Amino acid sequence: MGYVLGLKCRECGREYPVEPIYVCEFCFGPLEVVYDYKKIKKALTKNKIKSREKNLWRYKELLPIDGEPQVGLDSGFTPLIKADNLAKELGVSQLYVKDDTVDHPTLSFKDRVVAVALTKAKEFGFDTVACASTGNLAHSVSAHGAKAGFKRFVFIPATLEASKIVASLVYEPNLVAVDGNYDEVNRLCSEIANKYKWAFVNINIRPFYAEGSKTQGFEIIEQLDWRAPDNVVVPCASGSLLTKVWKSFKEFKKIGILKKLDTKFFAAQATGCSPIVTAIKQDTDVIRPVKPDTIAKSLAIGNPADGFYARQAVKETGGYGEDVSDKEIIDGIKLLAKTEGIFAETAGGVTVACTKKLIETGKIGRDEMTVICITGNGLKTQEALAGHTTDVHYIKPKLAAFEEILKKIGK
Amino acid sequence: MAVKVRIPTPLQRLTQGKEDVEGAPGTIINLVTELDKSFPGIGERISEGGKIRRFVNIYINEEDIRFLQAEATVVKDGDEVSIVPAIAGGR
Repeated sequence: MGYVLGLKCRECGREYPVEPIYVCEFCFGPLEVVYDYKKIKKALTKNKIKSREKNLWRYKELLPIDGEPQVGLDSGFTPLIKADNLAKELGVSQLYVKDDTVDHPTLSFKDRVVAVALTKAKEFGFDTVACASTGNLAHSVSAHGAKAGFKRFVFIPATLEASKIVASLVYEPNLVAVDGNYDEVNRLCSEIANKYKWAFVNINIRPFYAEGSKTQGFEIIEQLDWRAPDNVVVPCASGSLLTKVWKSFKEFKKIGILKKLDTKFFAAQATGCSPIVTAIKQDTDVIRPVKPDTIAKSLAIGNPADGFYARQAVKETGGYGEDVSDKEIIDGIKLLAKTEGIFAETAGGVTVACTKKLIETGKIGRDEMTVICITGNGLKTQEALAGHTTDVHYIKPKLAAFEEILKKIGK
Repeated sequence: MAVKVRIPTPLQRLTQGKEDVEGAPGTIINLVTELDKSFPGIGERISEGGKIRRFVNIYINEEDIRFLQAEATVVKDGDEVSIVPAIAGGR
């Protein structure tokens, strides 16, 4: 038995039944899932959550499904790591890393949203799932979809790097490479979604898909022993993740699991694609689209669908936004790796580097508790580090040669 | 030769199923106002209080008007205007 009342337009408030639809017929605003929180408050307690398996479905009453979870039964519940080495480096007392570089099965937070999207697609009775993607989402739809027995169509720009293509192809989806950029692929997909009865996770299933991001927030609260941190730093592409993590905190407060909520939200973007942070810094609610130019490709959405709401969450909570250059992104990746042993993709470099700036400028207090969201694994974007790592020591297979190197390192 | 306006599927009910209609030269917001005279109801779907709705994207010859002068962008005969509901993202 479900806890969902229906769908509602975030802009004009018009209500709709639970169907695979994603925009308001009247004003084109995004549709959002509405829950029966009174009923959830009675059904979901800390003890009930703690008694369940360690995956994202332990919060299932707050997820938009009617029946039992069907996909991603091992996804989520990633580690929240107390990052003392990084904290010392950045000069703060309490820092935690929410580590989605190890999400199951494809090593990014997309495994959360796709788990929810495909469970919903099953409930709707779809036999085919699809997405437009340049990376993490494609991998997750390909993998989760394989396990769940869906036919899969994944649309990518034809210019995508070979390594990212292989990481989807291995699961044998129908991979369609389109002669165009990401925005053109996305536009084509919305036309296809109109014509074919498929579950496009980031189009007609989006209201349900996006709710999966909340599980990252629920886990943060639970892993901090049911407390909310002072600050959360979230990387922004469409802005959906930040909006949903904020929503998850508010929901835990609403159903009484969280007693006190005073968290500030901070948006992290690459300077080469920072429409949300620009709006935050200029204190305007107009999100002006940009043409992305950054190595942080997983964040390169120039016209972010949830930018308005992400900016609103930041403002409402008293947070701020920061943006960083490609060089700072690489330094951020390296800093996280050498202090905490976590290899994040470029988006993680953005988050670390922005956190550093936010601390240096006093936006994040040095004696406060901060959580940073690391959303994807660095093994996927290794090319970004080419020429920026330390060197290999090449030697002959002789002890003397090795000791020669030891001497050099000792210097 | 007038301005060619491409209507998205969800709005074609208001244009008697037509995918393309003719629009008036001038500013974009004026074009929307004029369009509403021929196809009543279309104006409030696309705009509110003289502003294009947040989740509606308008392109002139494939360029987003927010890269131009937004609502004040001027279109002339021969230009092609596309009205496109914002597409949900997520890479």
